[in-house]
Order: sequence, then structure tokens, then C-alpha cells
Amino acid sequence: MNIDAIQNGIVIDHITAGRAMRIYDLLGLDALDVSVAIIKNAVSHKTGDKKDIIKIDSTMPVNFDVLGFVDPGVTVNIIRDGQLVEKRRIEMPQRLTNVIRCKNPRCITSTERAIDHVFKLTDPKNKVYRCIYCETKA
Amino acid sequence: MKRSVIDILDLTPAELEELLATALDIIDNPEKYAHACAGKKLATLFFEPSTRTRLSFEAAMHELGGAVLSVTDAASSSASKGESVSDTAKVVSCYADIIAMRHPKEGAALVAARAASIPVINAGDGGHCHPTQTLADLLTIRRQKGAFSGLTIGLCGDLKFGRTVHSLINAMARYENNRFVLISPDELKLPSYVKKDVLAERGIPYEQTTSLEDAMPQLDVLYMTRVQKERFFNEEDYLRLKDSYILDMAKLKNAKDDLCIMHPLPRVNEIAVEVDDDPRACYFKQVLNGKYMRMALILKLLKEAAQ
Repeated sequence: MNIDAIQNGIVIDHITAGRAMRIYDLLGLDALDVSVAIIKNAVSHKTGDKKDIIKIDSTMPVNFDVLGFVDPGVTVNIIRDGQLVEKRRIEMPQRLTNVIRCKNPRCITSTERAIDHVFKLTDPKNKVYRCIYCETKA
Repeated sequence: MKRSVIDILDLTPAELEELLATALDIIDNPEKYAHACAGKKLATLFFEPSTRTRLSFEAAMHELGGAVLSVTDAASSSASKGESVSDTAKVVSCYADIIAMRHPKEGAALVAARAASIPVINAGDGGHCHPTQTLADLLTIRRQKGAFSGLTIGLCGDLKFGRTVHSLINAMARYENNRFVLISPDELKLPSYVKKDVLAERGIPYEQTTSLEDAMPQLDVLYMTRVQKERFFNEEDYLRLKDSYILDMAKLKNAKDDLCIMHPLPRVNEIAVEVDDDPRACYFKQVLNGKYMRMALILKLLKEAAQ
């Protein structure tokens, strides 16, 4: 399957197969008025494994924390005038602000208005994030 | 600089030592501290009832020569009008010099601390943290045992939901050569994340048992907590287990002579009244120690805020 190369935009590559839609949702790509291609189960030339790819026909600011939280190891390629100008491998962020919400009904974030929902990475090996207020796992 | 204490781990071991030293000095020389906080005001904001903790903070501030602004039922005043914790903290910052706050929501004290321009002491945020209870526990252990290392610490009762137990494990796990004996019914075992993240991670030895009597002979400290009826799915299990975790003189038969028996209180029936007269019973000393540690903490935070 072929998708046209983009002239000015962003390619999020090496997404673990099946996670593209979660990234699409968390990045709010549904609100964009530009072409967005989601390629599922593409075969990686490097490893031969399946992967997902998202191509965005716009150089919008990307929340790298979302990418690092959902799928650390993805790469973000910035394309300008048809040329690759920046390639970045995304690591797990130390803190996540307003990306996800705390699920604990006893947490102050469930009642306090205008509060940032903040999680911190407490166990990088097992990718554990905890709410900074109540320490509940994300 | 303004600084708040939300979790016992906000205090380094060196700072804990400083607080313990201050508390011991207060005990020896109360007159030296009688006017230490003159002209300062402590606001106690209690969004849920806790007479003992509030009285302890207020007694602490009075003994330091300071004044107390007390909101005993904050939940029915500002909060019922829809005021956020942040706004309440900002408003109270205009009136007082330091806040002690209890709130039913976990993390509420952190929210208040971030919004307030004065220090906030967490006096209990739901089932999350209660650092000044742990300070009371630590001073009690220090005064009774002389040190924080080389101790076998038994924790008995509700180890699943008991926040005082989790805080004490966190605090004592920072010292060398301690071991823990976790005594509880299967339904109320210590959560696996505490065992994994705190004990196993640091290689601290622990054993789990359901028998208080079997564990007794090896213990230097016994921390009792209440097995609450509402934690069980059915009354039958509760009735079957409740007496196993009641400490009486018969269960103390094989205990060490210098055992330190602690309880965060309030006690219902988990320690028989006959134990109160035993010299090993330290739970009322713990209450007094709580006041001294709160005095030391208020002093430290007010001093830092003035710098």
C-alpha cells in the first residue's frame, strides 16, 4: 500500500502495531483540518516486524510526552520542502501533565477545579507512572 | 523559604534527626520554647473530624506561645459553598503563618501546599499520608529503643488499608538492619507494591504470618492497628478473625521484657485494657510524643519560612 510522501509535515514512525489510534486520540489529531494518514500493520524494512505509522500533512507542534508515554521508542520525522530536517527518537517523559487523568475516585483531582493532572515516572523499568497527588498508578 | 511537609519522605534522615533532637530538647527544657512562636498563628483546617490530631496541633502551638485559628468543620463552611482547596489555602495564607490540614481526599494537602504562600503540614489526606503520626511513632521508638536500626518490628492488624503502617515502613526502611514481621489475616495483608517497592527493592528482610502469638518472642516493637469490621466481605470472617488480633496479657506471655507496644489510636478493642498498666505499653506515650514532634515541626517550618 502506498501513501504519498508529504512535503511539509510530520511522520510518526515505528509505532508499536495497534497503538496508532491511541496516539491519534491523545494528540487530538481528529481536530486537525489537514490530511492525516494512519497506516496500520506496515512491515518494518529494518526488523520485518509489524508497525504503525501516522503521517500528518502539517508541521503542528507535537506533544512528545504523549508519544513517550504511549509508545516510547517511536521516532518523529519532521519534513520540510520534501526533505527530512529532523529525526527524533522519543523516550519516556519524567512527568506527564494533562495527558491522562487519575482514576482514583478518592483523589483530590476528582473534585478540585482547574487542577493539572500530573503523573511522574516512578519505575522506568516497568514503565510505571503514578499520580503526584495520591500515588495511584496510571 | 516556604516549605511544606506532605509525606514523611519529604524529610531527609538528617532532618528527622534534627526534629528528634528539637523534640527531646523541648521535653527537657519546655520553658526555653514557651515563647518561641509568639506572634505567630497556626490555622488548623479540618475538612473531616479528627479531634485528637487537631488538639495535638493546637496544644503544640499553644505550648510554643503561638495562637491558633481553628476551623473544626471546614467541610460545612467554605467547601460546601464550592470553594476549591486551592482557594481556601490562598485565603487562609492571608490570616495565618502556617497551616495544618486534614482532608478526606488523597493529595489535598499537596494541592493546598502548592497554592498557599505559607507552610502546610499534612494532618492526614484520606488514606494517603499522615506524616506527623509517623513522627510521633519515630520519637516513641527512639525514646524507647534508643536507635532506629537493628530492630525487629512487628506490624499487626489491618496492614492493607492502614496508612500509618505504610508510612512507618517507609520511614524505618531507611535505617540499617531492621526486619519486619507482618502479622495480619490474609484479607488484610500488606499490599504487594509496598512489599515490592519498599522492602524487596532494598533487600529488607520480612516475614508474613497470621499468628500474633508465634511472632511475639522475636519482636522489639509491636505496632498494633485496628481490624475494622467494614473491611470484611462477611461478618462471619470478621467474627472468626477479630479475636486473633486482640492483644492481651496472655499473648504477651512470650514477649521480650523491653518490647515497645504502639498503636496510632483510637483503640476500640484491639488492645485489652489490662495491657495499659504493663510498662511495655507505649501508646499513650506516643500521643504525647506526637505533640512534641508537631512542636518541633512547626518551629522548623516557621524558621525556614522566615529565612
